[in-house]
Amino acid sequence: MAYNESIRNFCIIAHIDHGKSTLADRLLEQTESVAQREMASQLLDNMEIERERGITIKARAVRLNYKAKDGRLYTFNLIDTPGHVDFSYEVSRSLAACEGAILVVDASQGVEAQTLANTYLAIDHGLEVVPVINKIDLPAADPERVAHEVEDIVGIPCLDAPRISAKQGVGIQEVMERIVTDIPAPQGDSDAPLRALVFDSYYDSYKGVIVYIRVLDGTLKADMPIRMMGTGAEFEVVEVGTMGATRLNPCQELRAGEVGYLTASIKNVRDTQVGDTVTGCERPADVPLEGYRKAMPMVFCGIYPQDGAKYPDLRDALEKLQLNDASLSYEPETSIALGFGFRCGFLGLLHLEVILERLEREFSLDLITTAPSVVYRITLTNGKTLEIDNPTNYPDPATIQGAQEPFVNASIMTPAEFIGSIMELCQQRRGVYLDTKYLDTDRVELHYKLPLGEIIYDFFDALKSRTKGYASFDYELSEYRDSKLTKLDILLNGDMVDALSFIVHADNAYARGRKLAERLKEHIPRQMFEVPIQAAIGGKIIARETVKALRKDVLAKCYGGDISRKKKLLEKQKEGKKKMRQLGSVEVPQEAFTAVLKLDE
Amino acid sequence: MNRQPIGLYLHIPFCRGDKCPYCDFYSLPFEEDLADAYTTALIRAMEDHPFGSLQADTVYFGGGTPTLLGEKRLDALLQAAVRSFGLPRDSEITLEANPESVTRELLQSLRLSGFTRVSVGVQSGVDTELAALGRPHTAAQARQAILWAHQAGFAHISADLMLAIPGQSEESLKQSTSFLTSLPVDHISAYLLKIEEGTPYHQKRRELPLPDEDATADCYLLCAGLLEVAGLPRYEISNFARPGGQCRHNLKYWRCQPYLGLGPAAHSYLQREDSRQGRRCFFAKDLQVFVKADNPYTLLQEEGEGGSEEERLMLALRLTEGFDANTLENPLGKGSLLCKARELASHGLCQIQGETVSLTGDGMLVSNGVTLALLEALEVG
Repeated sequence: MAYNESIRNFCIIAHIDHGKSTLADRLLEQTESVAQREMASQLLDNMEIERERGITIKARAVRLNYKAKDGRLYTFNLIDTPGHVDFSYEVSRSLAACEGAILVVDASQGVEAQTLANTYLAIDHGLEVVPVINKIDLPAADPERVAHEVEDIVGIPCLDAPRISAKQGVGIQEVMERIVTDIPAPQGDSDAPLRALVFDSYYDSYKGVIVYIRVLDGTLKADMPIRMMGTGAEFEVVEVGTMGATRLNPCQELRAGEVGYLTASIKNVRDTQVGDTVTGCERPADVPLEGYRKAMPMVFCGIYPQDGAKYPDLRDALEKLQLNDASLSYEPETSIALGFGFRCGFLGLLHLEVILERLEREFSLDLITTAPSVVYRITLTNGKTLEIDNPTNYPDPATIQGAQEPFVNASIMTPAEFIGSIMELCQQRRGVYLDTKYLDTDRVELHYKLPLGEIIYDFFDALKSRTKGYASFDYELSEYRDSKLTKLDILLNGDMVDALSFIVHADNAYARGRKLAERLKEHIPRQMFEVPIQAAIGGKIIARETVKALRKDVLAKCYGGDISRKKKLLEKQKEGKKKMRQLGSVEVPQEAFTAVLKLDE
Repeated sequence: MNRQPIGLYLHIPFCRGDKCPYCDFYSLPFEEDLADAYTTALIRAMEDHPFGSLQADTVYFGGGTPTLLGEKRLDALLQAAVRSFGLPRDSEITLEANPESVTRELLQSLRLSGFTRVSVGVQSGVDTELAALGRPHTAAQARQAILWAHQAGFAHISADLMLAIPGQSEESLKQSTSFLTSLPVDHISAYLLKIEEGTPYHQKRRELPLPDEDATADCYLLCAGLLEVAGLPRYEISNFARPGGQCRHNLKYWRCQPYLGLGPAAHSYLQREDSRQGRRCFFAKDLQVFVKADNPYTLLQEEGEGGSEEERLMLALRLTEGFDANTLENPLGKGSLLCKARELASHGLCQIQGETVSLTGDGMLVSNGVTLALLEALEVG
């Protein structure tokens, strides 16, 4: 048997909570890739946030050895994939490294909308999809119904799919046999010029960047000079090897079909972008692998430390996060209201949320963020074109010739009953209807062109709440389209607060301004004097709300010379004040900045 | 040796059986034996105090209901105070009294003992309000008590008035105010009811017809205006007096001058010689322990250093005389403070005369916020 005949490269696709990580753990256990005592639950989700949110943010990979019933020893490469639209590009690269996918479906809940997108993506990539019905131990389990559902909706044979309970370790053996029998071995020519796909990378302080690759053609060895075909960066390989469950195992070489890692004293993950092709400098491949796309931040926002003195800490933290996250960008910016901070770019809103959470948790920073923005293109009367991702840089309207904003091709998969509600939502968000595709009698896929700026706030939340969580949503950037844009400013107590400005479509400006003023009024507590909140477009006030003046805070009687109560009261009030941001003479709680993001409902 | 005279505070933690449902001050039901033991303990505490030679020129018998002790015990306590703390001729000696707990004879006798001032817990001039507050007296009884005190020769009589109490209306507040100003009082303490945790009022706070924030503020401003017109301008957030009627003892608290408080739950501020600063301490709320202690001063619990600039500012802002920024040592702090004060003044919350900052009526209503803003300005400087 040729060496590649014993290799199986696959990933696991599952809806959140359908048991992807548990199944991965069982596979590790039963192939004895990891000693029982090292078994922290859910090994593949390394980051604390991943474990907590039950989502995978970074792809991971692990190599397992399995002795099959046919008596042969097989090598399994399990490649974990992120599970959110923000990272759909990363998902597609992980899939491109595999020949098969295990589709895990919950025996009580059946196929969920979100699984479909990734399953179709896998099928599109020519992967063999192996369905597995999990959680048969649950009282509500109905594996037969679910098997039919998979056949109907996904359109793959499922009636003889393994019925398993990953939790109880039932049926795991059968899953592994299916991997051997159903997923094809990788093809590829070990003697051809090297072409290896980068599907993940992370920074290690000893070895530099560790690049996870799948070799498609040729052979990768230590000491070999290599070139990243996309970025053009060149390195000399220091070490190649495979991924054990708990450590890296160096080896001599990686041949076509194998999955492993390389190190090459690479200092920056930016040089090893996901989707890039590694080739040899001496005998380079003619064409790179398809599908490479440079990581492009699409959503921007300002991040400021709550306490201005923490600015250097924030800078250090961003630097550290960027080591492992090529898609995060940042550059210093200053706000009159918030002081020194950074303009940061993200793949999407989840990416933004994850980064914020990591900054706050792993680096103990208290942050204030401004409303996220997309990159607008503004053409000036003098013919110049500006790319604006920060409302502060919005030019004087008199000098603007025209404006463009980014649109995405969005596909929304949903049970048919929610079509009306989703169309209404897309309409509100200035969506352009493209078509509807019936997947079966009950499931449809809606296609829309949507302005990116309309989906970065709370589109996903709104979609989920309108469809009881059944709709799934995927998008990719399509093009820039002409748009009527305007900048909306907020004035507190007569002073403009730059951190609350944003760029909106002119038709929505009035409504949004009014809503925003109302929202702020709800979130700004009564102060010692009346605070007018105004929304303005180019100097014209379009909405006004007033936070009434505080009339009374407690007049504690200083009784019998006991001033400790008064002191305590003041201390308490002082603590409360610390959670506020002073904007001019107005104290604004941090929630006010996030409240402006959730304008729907 | 030229130490500033102190204020002496004697806490009398006895009340009639039922406490008023809004009150959270430390007090116990009155018992003769306990009262005797406590009087003895207080006298000994005065005689044995460890602070060297201290002179007091104000004494304040607070409670509870000090009049429950009766003339003999009160006289004994006052004579002990004279022996231990000098008490020059013009000293101010105040006694808190509840209308139902005094008689003409008692007041006459106390006046002869040397008390100079009575503070009567009137609270309201409207009987339905008094009943709702759980007070065991009527407005007529309160009026009688004040008249008796006046006839007994007390030159200074103060009355308490509660604002923002359940069911109070603009009309009833006007009634209470004119009820008091028509009596021979030269001082009124008008304070807003605060629902304290652990009181019966707190438990049923949701059922009580309490005014909202705006109504409470209006209530306070209305009362302050009426009293001013009646010739009792405000000199402290909750205190109003005719000229010369200010309570000298309470002024010491706000001017950060020294005072010694004896008895459970009594607080002291004792300045060090030749220093603006001093020690703040108090006796724990336990009458039994105080009575049984060989040396009650071993029971004193420290509350840290007092007399800082911040503390002086916080206390002085309660007074209409305000805070003199010239007393600040750091010129930057002074500049920063005055700058903030000007900003607050533009919102009508305070006023600046020369370099003295004081709160307006509106500012007094939000004194915590204003004080905090000024304290922060001081810190920045």
